[in-house]
Amino acid sequence: MKPIVIAKNLTKSYTKGIRALDNVSLTVNQGKVLVVMGPSGSGKSTLIRTFNGLETFDQGEIDILGIKLDCNHNERKIQRIRKRVGMVFQQFNLFPHLSILENITLAPVNVQKRHRSEAEEYGMYLLGQMGIDSHAKKYPSQLSGGEQQRVAIARALALKPELLLFDEPTSALDPERINEVLDAMRRLAKQGMTMIVVTHEIGFAKDVSDQVLFMDSGKVIETSTPDLFFSNAKHDRSRKFLNQLDKN
Amino acid sequence: MKKRRAIFYQCGICIFVISVIGILINNLTINLIRTDLGFNFSWLFKPASFALAEHPLPYSSSDSYAWALFIGWLNSLKVIISALLLATFLGTLVGFARTGKNSLLGLISAGYITIIRQTPLLLQLMFWYFIGFLGLKENIFIHIKNIFKISNQGIEFYGLTLSSEFSALLFGLGVFTSAYIAEVIRGGILSVPRGQWEAFRSLGLSEQKGLFSIIIPQALPAIIPGLTSQYLNLAKNSTLAIAVGYSDIYAINDTIINQTGRAIECFIILLTSFLLLNLLISNSMEIINKIIIKSRKYN
Repeated sequence: MKPIVIAKNLTKSYTKGIRALDNVSLTVNQGKVLVVMGPSGSGKSTLIRTFNGLETFDQGEIDILGIKLDCNHNERKIQRIRKRVGMVFQQFNLFPHLSILENITLAPVNVQKRHRSEAEEYGMYLLGQMGIDSHAKKYPSQLSGGEQQRVAIARALALKPELLLFDEPTSALDPERINEVLDAMRRLAKQGMTMIVVTHEIGFAKDVSDQVLFMDSGKVIETSTPDLFFSNAKHDRSRKFLNQLDKN
Repeated sequence: MKKRRAIFYQCGICIFVISVIGILINNLTINLIRTDLGFNFSWLFKPASFALAEHPLPYSSSDSYAWALFIGWLNSLKVIISALLLATFLGTLVGFARTGKNSLLGLISAGYITIIRQTPLLLQLMFWYFIGFLGLKENIFIHIKNIFKISNQGIEFYGLTLSSEFSALLFGLGVFTSAYIAEVIRGGILSVPRGQWEAFRSLGLSEQKGLFSIIIPQALPAIIPGLTSQYLNLAKNSTLAIAVGYSDIYAINDTIINQTGRAIECFIILLTSFLLLNLLISNSMEIINKIIIKSRKYN
């Protein structure tokens, strides 16, 4: 099994000594789905944002697709990683002044130097996969949240990434729009995409993930299979968190 | 009851404004009668009989006052437009440097903005004129193969000569306004949500490409109104030309008032010229703004 992400002893502190990441280690193998859970402020977003260089860290090292980053990682390596790793954000972050199709073809045309026609053809294919190809000429503000997030997934897929990072992809959506996004993610997982997903969606984690990682105060509290984690979590802190989620 | 009180107040304000205007007009007529000048513009067509150091169109001292004023207006327009271009260019550079990732460049541009915004424009004009240009040696300061020359005679560039007065005013106004424009641009860039930066970065786009394709188009609607008011300020500040002896419309008006005593007429001409000039600037910017809004197909 080929490891895609290996993180070793990642530590990041803020100025007041608060640790956003405290000695975090993890491995994600090819074709696997890792779900990261934890209360807000536990460092889960910070963690996955270090994997494409949006956050720096103070100690430890990361190996992503064979590219090694340490705490003084340089821009060039990060640039190489970003070309091979896609990211989907909580707030979609689509470019409002570009049409849906332009949002998707921007990176292939400018970063991979592909022909516009070829990029558009592939973009339309991806929009078809997401069930939103009829919106290609529209602008982000004309779409619902769920549709926008599916465009964001298509945009992340346009560079044919080997790893996808999801930072709470359904937290900004209306409840009835959540499933259309989760379904798209389920299909990706089935196609063998390697994914790291920060989410509170227990159903998704149970069905799709191979591994669940639970964080609190920047520390990894436990890592286990979803079956074990949701039926019989080892730590008090994890059980407390799951109880709280159930109540909501 | 409330409505009646509102009407009462409004009538009061009207009476007050009308009486102030009345007093002013009364003063004016009394003074005009006393100086035996009357109010007319026929003097405009008499020979001006003063020389102008700079004139983009042919001019001699036997030409009329009207022609001298027109030359002044052209001189103003010339320095305003060139300073506007210089200020926009410098301001954009400094604004980008201020928001960019490079902390040394950020620090330098922050220092530039602070020093320039914290000192009076008049002082800066004096600096550019007396220290910047007149302070140079008579023999040439920078001289590159007859292409580019800076000396106390001004700037020479491919046969195009700029007097030291014009150059000092150009740099003074341009640099002064650029510091404000840099802040307008910085504000515009900061108005774009952080998520937009993260989105283009995570797609592997370079900082430059992201700035020009993603950030600037979204920052423009916030930049244009601020830019317009800086352009208008620049146009009005150009009247400080008199301090370095550049013959702009204000300086020429001043000379004419001294010669003829026609202060009222001259001020009316001056006000009208600036009103026209600034209407030209703000309307052009409004057109640019409309084009940008029209080209946006989103809300």
